[in-house]
Amino acid sequence: MSNIRNILPKEIDDLSLLKGIANRDNRAILQLYKLHYPYVERMILNNNGSKDQAKDVFQEAVMVLYDKVTGQGFVLESKLKTFLYAVSRRLWLKQLSKKSNNHYSIEQDGLEESLDLNEDLELHEVQEQQFEKMESALRVLGEPCQSILTDFYFRNKSMQDICEKFGYTNTDNTKTQKYKCLQRLKKLFFSGNPHDA
Amino acid sequence: MGKWTLQEFLEKADRYLADELNIEERAEFDRFRVENPLFEEKFQQHQALISDMMQYKRRAEFKQSLNDVLVQNYQSKAVFRRMWNVLRINGVAAAVVAILSSLATLYSTGYFSTIKRTTSDYSALRREVNNVKRNVNAQHTAIKNINNSQSEQPDMHYGATGFLLNKNGYVVTNYHVVNGADSVHLQNRLGESYKADIIYKDMTKDLAILHINDGEFTPSRNIPYSFRRQNLDLGDDIFTIGYPRDEAVYGEGYLSSATGYAGDTLAYQISIPLNPGNSGGPVFDHYGNIIGIISGKQKGIDGAGFAIKTEALMNALKDIPEEVLRGGLELSEKNSMSSLSRTEQIKKLQDFIYIVKVY
Repeated sequence: MSNIRNILPKEIDDLSLLKGIANRDNRAILQLYKLHYPYVERMILNNNGSKDQAKDVFQEAVMVLYDKVTGQGFVLESKLKTFLYAVSRRLWLKQLSKKSNNHYSIEQDGLEESLDLNEDLELHEVQEQQFEKMESALRVLGEPCQSILTDFYFRNKSMQDICEKFGYTNTDNTKTQKYKCLQRLKKLFFSGNPHDA
Repeated sequence: MGKWTLQEFLEKADRYLADELNIEERAEFDRFRVENPLFEEKFQQHQALISDMMQYKRRAEFKQSLNDVLVQNYQSKAVFRRMWNVLRINGVAAAVVAILSSLATLYSTGYFSTIKRTTSDYSALRREVNNVKRNVNAQHTAIKNINNSQSEQPDMHYGATGFLLNKNGYVVTNYHVVNGADSVHLQNRLGESYKADIIYKDMTKDLAILHINDGEFTPSRNIPYSFRRQNLDLGDDIFTIGYPRDEAVYGEGYLSSATGYAGDTLAYQISIPLNPGNSGGPVFDHYGNIIGIISGKQKGIDGAGFAIKTEALMNALKDIPEEVLRGGLELSEKNSMSSLSRTEQIKKLQDFIYIVKVY
């Protein structure tokens, strides 16, 4: 991508940024970072954090946003900046209190409004759990199963393509292979959950 | 309508979910699910799994993008910094000249030699017998013997520890212990003293190999310990016996780091109470295998002792020229203490550890 295309108009409204986030547009992500990261970094540096920790927290805050945006019935109730700042603040507080039993507080600096974030954070947590569960299931599943399933379901590749890519003799064999992979993934994924055993 | 196998059914389900079936096929699929509740359940599970997998992939790709953007951001900062450095270079050149000239002045006035002496925080652990006391004693003996011309034994300068490598009378201790020695004597716990010759010194490894050159020394028994060449793990318990005073002193602790002072890979950091006189003492693992040789500790830091690894000892032994050897240098390979209790181990091995007296 050329540098010229990276230059966005200076004033970009929250809604088009959100649309970019939902579509995984790198320019939108970069813009989000440029506009809203500095506040978060300052808040964390002022509260016993490092730059790396600030980056991690901001990254997770963006994931909370992503889960919210891609979730059902998304409405933005506040400014994007306020949202990201408030989420980062909550996440950082959580980390601080995890480190020690002391109750930490971050001094008020006028940037946060009282937002009800519980629902968003819960949604994010559920998503993150599912994510980790699937991640470990896929890791155990291994190759070539992982690639076969990804190619078929996520990249919408045809059985013919997959057959050629993985060197199976015919599409029937490939179908059987895909079926076996799927059954194994099902077992792995649901085995962690007693309700679906 | 024939029955489908599960595989066929799930293939249909994929096409159903992707909206690739025509109206008749859809109806047939729906009907089949209603008639076969078992398959309906499989369908629900399949749908959930696929949707979870898609969601996982979407989030994974988004995370990846997020990461990429952050990494790119780092890089652009780096470029910026590099440019700034270029602009600064003239200023830097001027500063370098200024610093060099001041350093030269400091060097010529001997400033750095003092600094080095005062800031080295490594202390070797040979026991230095107090200089003043020694001088006073020397005067006393001189006065006492003023009338008889008989000369007395010279006074001990340093005390440290050493131990037998094999039954042929080879003993290892530290280089810093015997460096500059006029003569070296080894004394066992029964008070019997043997004269020893220094046959090899290695300053960089801080090792010295001695050989007991004394008719009274009888290489009678086999050595009860062996030498462990593999590295120990952090936290393994270890012990040592040394002579920080004229009696043997037992100390135990654990391996605290895989490298020694300033990252020395041929040494361990150990956490054992160490005092001057412990230098050259053996470090044993739990089973009584020798894993190292105590060499020193770091000043001002609690529990930071250092031991030279057995590996360095092996290397040093290989470097010894053949002509100075007086009998085989093979190390004892058998450990006859591994199943004994600690006190039994100590009883067995303390006969093989000596006070090294340097005159």
